[in-house]
Amino acid sequence: MTTTTGDRRIVIEPVTRVEGHGKVSILLDEDNKVKQARLHIVEFRGFERFIQGRLLWEVPVLVQRLCGICPVSHHLAAAKALDRIVGADKLTPTAEKMRLLMHHGQFLQSHALHFFHLCSPDLLFGFDADVAMRNVIGVAAAHRDLAVQGVMMRKFGQEIIKATAGKKIHGTGAIPGGINKNLSIAERDGFLKDIGQMMTWARGVVDIARGYTIDNLATLADFGSLDSNYLSLAAADGSYEIYDGGLRATTCDGEIIFDHVDNQLYDQYLNEEVRPWSYMKFPFIKSLGPEHGWYRVGPLARVNNADRFTTPEAEQARQEFAAVTDGKPCHVTMGYHWARMIELLHSVECIQQLLNDTDLQGTDLVVNGERRAEGVGIIEAPRGTLFHHYKVDEKDQVTMANLIVSTTSNNEPMNRSVQKVAEDHLSGRMEITEGMLNHIEVAIRAYDPCLSCATHAMGQMPLTIELYDHEGTRIDERVRG
Amino acid sequence: MNPIKFTIDGIRIEATAGQTIMEAADAAGIYIPRLCAHPELKPYGSCRVCTVLVNGRPQSSCTQPASDGLVVENNSEQTQHIRRDIIEMLFVEGNHYCMFCEKSGNCELQAIAYRFGITAPKFALQFPAQNVDATHPDIFIDRNRCILCARCVRASRDIDGKNVFQFLGRGAKRHLGINSDANLKNSNIDVTDRAIGICPVGALLPKRVGFHTAVGQRLYDIEPIGTAIERRRSAEPA
Ligand code: SF4
Ligand code: FES
Repeated sequence: MTTTTGDRRIVIEPVTRVEGHGKVSILLDEDNKVKQARLHIVEFRGFERFIQGRLLWEVPVLVQRLCGICPVSHHLAAAKALDRIVGADKLTPTAEKMRLLMHHGQFLQSHALHFFHLCSPDLLFGFDADVAMRNVIGVAAAHRDLAVQGVMMRKFGQEIIKATAGKKIHGTGAIPGGINKNLSIAERDGFLKDIGQMMTWARGVVDIARGYTIDNLATLADFGSLDSNYLSLAAADGSYEIYDGGLRATTCDGEIIFDHVDNQLYDQYLNEEVRPWSYMKFPFIKSLGPEHGWYRVGPLARVNNADRFTTPEAEQARQEFAAVTDGKPCHVTMGYHWARMIELLHSVECIQQLLNDTDLQGTDLVVNGERRAEGVGIIEAPRGTLFHHYKVDEKDQVTMANLIVSTTSNNEPMNRSVQKVAEDHLSGRMEITEGMLNHIEVAIRAYDPCLSCATHAMGQMPLTIELYDHEGTRIDERVRG
Repeated sequence: MNPIKFTIDGIRIEATAGQTIMEAADAAGIYIPRLCAHPELKPYGSCRVCTVLVNGRPQSSCTQPASDGLVVENNSEQTQHIRRDIIEMLFVEGNHYCMFCEKSGNCELQAIAYRFGITAPKFALQFPAQNVDATHPDIFIDRNRCILCARCVRASRDIDGKNVFQFLGRGAKRHLGINSDANLKNSNIDVTDRAIGICPVGALLPKRVGFHTAVGQRLYDIEPIGTAIERRRSAEPA
């Protein structure tokens, strides 16, 4: 903490446990009440330009470099867009199921990482707990078994990725029109040996998240919560879907705004707004306009939007989740954590089903069809809906790339949640405690944002929280690197 | 005729008349790193990765004929040092992004770098402005990755009988050109030409097959470059 004369200037540790970094600025009015809070992200849009001129089959491998945390999501979204371009409208069962297995492996590893390493310290120790305790080391010390489970579940997910994509990170498995390998019997048997344990642990984390949410509902209900619209993919019958399906948007009352929207037509339904103070775009639902058309994506949106899960235990868990809000959408921002664990359970159930499917040992891996000049691939990444859109010329070179990543969709909601938390917890107080600032971190962290990926940066950015008085003078700052 | 006798790193080697040091070493199961040399092509001697010390003087082993009594150093500190610098220079003179290059795992330059334990070059990257020629329906050139080894030039001329390629420009501006015209589309190259498959790096490739081989099944995933040659030696009775 540093203090300078004149303007009081306090350096505050910012959002540590999100992937990548950003900056939060809080502007106070004359009565020292929060007037405005903004999450800024420094942009680096080198990627869309860099990819121009590259050969189309390189794209699924190249785009993964956007993100060190969910490269598989970019890999698969790009592969889906390229399937469209090479005219592979229906993949072989082996290709389709290998990609699904890869995707669920990614969900498992990403959600396990988020829960155990990033959010469990908040849940287990409380937001105001000593910062020395409130981290993954603290969890390891106080809840050793949980920490071990976290590591093991993440590892299992990573091994699934390796077996399907070829490498734990930045693999090459998905190629335009299919996949480049199947699952060997030896690989399959290795996973089958551990899948029972994964199921047990997955049930356990759903219990923790549910117990925590229900026990603390009174405090959590209003914590950064927003009556928002929700966007996700959904299957043709309305079931939960993360790999295929159409776009579904719902209002805060659960009314359908649009449904079964063909991925190729996403830009007829969504628009992106640029605001001068942020490098990140603000997507919105066209029919509602920029003011009301913002929406949330990710676990909460998907579980709210799904009519049902296709696996029995996740469906049971979803019903318990939905019962808390009488079947209406849940707007509690901290509900993301519970929803995320239901998804983790679903992914483990899907992995179990897939491992027992002999299509994974098939040898028919790639199909091609009539070539197109343009393709859109949309999948649900762990953090939310991910859009990849490419155009190619007749020479097979990319001429246009447009990406909307999950964190970009959650940009507006994150800003609103930060503002709400800032209003509720900071207004009028000039003493800024570690615990209070962590309330802002906790709100941002609920969305599991990946800031570096959202701004298409190849590296990481520092994150700062700044406090400005009504004259625009910066009075406080905390940097957590 | 009596065989030619000489030594490589103290090991006695026999060669037949007309063999180069590299050819004799290959036959004896001693691997000398190389990039421009290829068994189907006449020696060219441009990359210098195959540098050995012949009676104490640096020579390219792919062009130097074997002769009686030569003392050749292949695996010495000095030769490894020279080769390492050459390999690192090849990396910085081009734009070699192995992470998304479809030749990864099958690339001789990458495989040699791995063999030398090179993870990042010590020289400054030059980021030369290079282009991609994707005009041909089935073949493309990515000049970002071309190491000017002339394998394609020689294969097209001597094996395919077509003479599709030639080098243009001098010094740092030297680049792979097309004989017939400005781009590949107008040449008489064919995807089945030997020139295509013979490129050691990811510069001259058939289209639409990239990444079809899974990680783990690629050439140098299975064994490091040079292993096949070295196996000849270990297979010989002592
Ligand atoms: S294209 Fe390949 S074979 Fe031809 S000169 Fe360049 S690196 Fe050598
Ligand atoms: S291999 Fe001998 S000079 Fe290139």
